[in-house]
Amino acid sequence: MSVVKGLINTLADPRLFFMLAVTSLVVLVWKREKIAANSVGYGLLGILAVFFIFGSFDPNFRLIVTKPDNVPIVGLIFLLVFFTWYSVREAVLNDRRILAGKGPVEKEESDRVWVWPDLVYTEMISLIVCSVVLIVWSILLKAPLEQPANRSLTPNPSKAPWYFLGLQEMLVYFDPWLAGVVLPGLIIAGLIAIPYIDKNPKGNGYYTFAERKAEVTIFLFGFVILWASLIVLGTFLRGPNWNFFGPFEYWDIHKLEALTNVNLSEYIWVRGMRTGLPTNWFVREIFGIVLVLIYIFVMPVVLARTWFKRYYAKLDAPRYYVGAFLFLMMMALPIKMLLRWLINLKYIVAIPEFFFNI
Amino acid sequence: MADTKKEGAGTRFWNWLTETQIWKSIFRHDRPNTDRTRVLVMLSNVFLHLHPVRLRKSGVKLRYTWCMGGLSFFLFLVLTLTGLLLMFYYRPTLEYAYTDIVGLREHVPLGIMREMHRWGAHAMVITVWLHMFRVFMTGSYKPPREFNWSIGVIMLVLTLLLSFTGYLLPWDQLAIWAITVGSNMARATPFLGHEGPGSALLRLGDVPLIHAYDDARFALLGGSFVGEGALLRFYVLHCVGLPLGIAVLMAVHFWRVRKDGGISGPL
Repeated sequence: MSVVKGLINTLADPRLFFMLAVTSLVVLVWKREKIAANSVGYGLLGILAVFFIFGSFDPNFRLIVTKPDNVPIVGLIFLLVFFTWYSVREAVLNDRRILAGKGPVEKEESDRVWVWPDLVYTEMISLIVCSVVLIVWSILLKAPLEQPANRSLTPNPSKAPWYFLGLQEMLVYFDPWLAGVVLPGLIIAGLIAIPYIDKNPKGNGYYTFAERKAEVTIFLFGFVILWASLIVLGTFLRGPNWNFFGPFEYWDIHKLEALTNVNLSEYIWVRGMRTGLPTNWFVREIFGIVLVLIYIFVMPVVLARTWFKRYYAKLDAPRYYVGAFLFLMMMALPIKMLLRWLINLKYIVAIPEFFFNI
Repeated sequence: MADTKKEGAGTRFWNWLTETQIWKSIFRHDRPNTDRTRVLVMLSNVFLHLHPVRLRKSGVKLRYTWCMGGLSFFLFLVLTLTGLLLMFYYRPTLEYAYTDIVGLREHVPLGIMREMHRWGAHAMVITVWLHMFRVFMTGSYKPPREFNWSIGVIMLVLTLLLSFTGYLLPWDQLAIWAITVGSNMARATPFLGHEGPGSALLRLGDVPLIHAYDDARFALLGGSFVGEGALLRFYVLHCVGLPLGIAVLMAVHFWRVRKDGGISGPL
């Protein structure tokens, strides 16, 4: 038993956790024909349920999962696994029909039905089921109320509301001005921009994967991996001092983790050239600044001529450049994560003089 | 209706009821069991009038819609109602906020309004996400529905802000520290936060224009920390400002669903 728990604790390490999440997305997209089978979907939910039942016998696991405000996230895990699988399944089924020349199943359902009674009854049943779930949930689980607010007693860990924990997890890799202001702003702007960038006329009004592979894959990566899985990580696996704790691990407030993160400028000046850091911040950070400028301004052009050639041809220049910029901003997080994990990189550009760290 | 079978008491009562002046003054048409009355019922009722008269078959299938948009709206209504009831018992001041919640918890027999409000709020965040997920996976944001997707993104932000502002109101440790962590981000707003990049450039001679007592975080909290000002600000935003905003956008959202051709489907 403790071997299994130890293994799960190890696998839950943010690095492995993130890699596992990415791997499962790759497998989902790659093996979608097989995964579309009902047995896989319900099997996945079954495995999840077994995991939570098994876990509930462990006091540390129970403590964190049954925290009232964490209960919705347990629900979210099940719902998200189910709906991700389900939407891919629907897409695969439609793709098979399209391949056979039959068109998506929604095409067959184009006939009009009466709103009364067909829709209003569906709505009423949904409302009743939703009300019952909400009332039963409210009777069974008390809303949390802790000690009165006390500004001189900071809880450890201090966590934002659960839906912002993905952003709080980003604080490990980026400073607040990026993780808390600029990147959330770009998420909102990027979401709004989606329909104006995506020129693909296919896949409008029905589930499909084959007709919009890139769009669906990028969205799943952004939503399921970067947004949702980091919320799960931040909720269940981050304890005191925002240190990592496995799901079966005791939240030891004295757990120490060696912080040996190094700035790019130090790598280059001190370790590479064996000199001291220049006193002028611009000279000191010139390499990082150039790298960031290249990433934002040169990369889209390079990509347009190489990997993204096809997309550049399909989209016009403004759409392509806005889209490429947003895509690169999204990829900045996994890139920074990898740099942190591989070479302990702290900041690419570190100008604390102006609170300007990237 | 040339039914010769003997009518039961229930049917006779129903027939009598639907012929009374009161009933006929409320419902201006016969029971919706013919094509004509099914049209009339949708057109003559202000609430049902949000709907079209007929819609695509896939639009009534859970397989296609997951019902998540409808549930988000329903949860919003539940939250409005339970929130209204909670407002009778809750005073947003340092003196009373916490004790009023304790009172709700300890003195109201079988009370579940706070529970319904809190879990309903969490559920609404989830249903909104799943609604957007479904809309994306069916490509329903594509023309002619681009603008409605944008409205939806703004409503997502408002939903999160509603939940975030409500999180502070119980005024317990969970509340103020979650809001402290969240609002500390505003300190780092470029140019407008006193610890944000570029804010040091905004100065007149030696006088900084952006400091801890006038930056973005101060505007959000009505103070330099999560205190009385923040509680009142969040309460007003939570109960009045944000619900009004999201209600207006909901009206636009639903209206645009109709104007953009109803529920999406293959062309």
